[in-house]
Amino acid sequence: MLHTVNKSPFEKNSLETCLRLSKSGSKILLIEDGVYGALKNGEMASAVNQCRKDREIYALGPDLRARGIEYDELIQGIAVVDYPGFVQLAAESSGVQSWM
Amino acid sequence: MNENASRSGAMTKKILYINRRAPHGSGYAQEGLDVALIGAAFEQDVAMAFIDDGVFQLKKGQDTQEIGSRNFSATYRALGDYDVHRVYVERESMTRRGLDEDDLMSLVYADEEDDWQEKPLIRIVGAKEMRDIIDDHAVIFNF
Repeated sequence: MLHTVNKSPFEKNSLETCLRLSKSGSKILLIEDGVYGALKNGEMASAVNQCRKDREIYALGPDLRARGIEYDELIQGIAVVDYPGFVQLAAESSGVQSWM
Repeated sequence: MNENASRSGAMTKKILYINRRAPHGSGYAQEGLDVALIGAAFEQDVAMAFIDDGVFQLKKGQDTQEIGSRNFSATYRALGDYDVHRVYVERESMTRRGLDEDDLMSLVYADEEDDWQEKPLIRIVGAKEMRDIIDDHAVIFNF
């Protein structure tokens, strides 16, 4: 299953709920304001890092760049994908759950 | 009427715009900036406060080319030209988001009282001071 999160973790609990309710082995893609959850110095970093043990976490490059977030500001191990990568993740998954 | 007279005149209102939303996920940030600039153009005494996700509006290096929306982050640089000299960013909001002063764009204004020297526009303030700033304004708009 692919889980997407498009809300800032500082404004809504979408990311928190996604981390709690996604299964081991699933993939999580941060898009739109969801990419703020990828900041290594942000408050969410330890929870996101914890999840990386059994889930792959991605962030959408165009949304990072729109918000001025550089790669070196990301939690280590988060993979950056572009729009074709988003499509591929969705196509490879059994389904997509959007946490909004 | 010189500018100081008009500023202290009865028609001038001291207005605070509080910005609490991230820049590109919704239209709030751009609208807040537009309305603040319009108010300043009409000689209102405008201050801006950036709190919660609003602090992300001032993050430097924003490039919206790939998401197909207008990059209005460059417009913040116009604030100084519109005589907006009071831009406050709450330190506690920055800390929660892992941002420090170097992560913010550098905004300046030309201080006419000091030989038009360029001065920094953004002031990072703690919650205690932000409380006083909010309390000091009778007219507040929220975005």
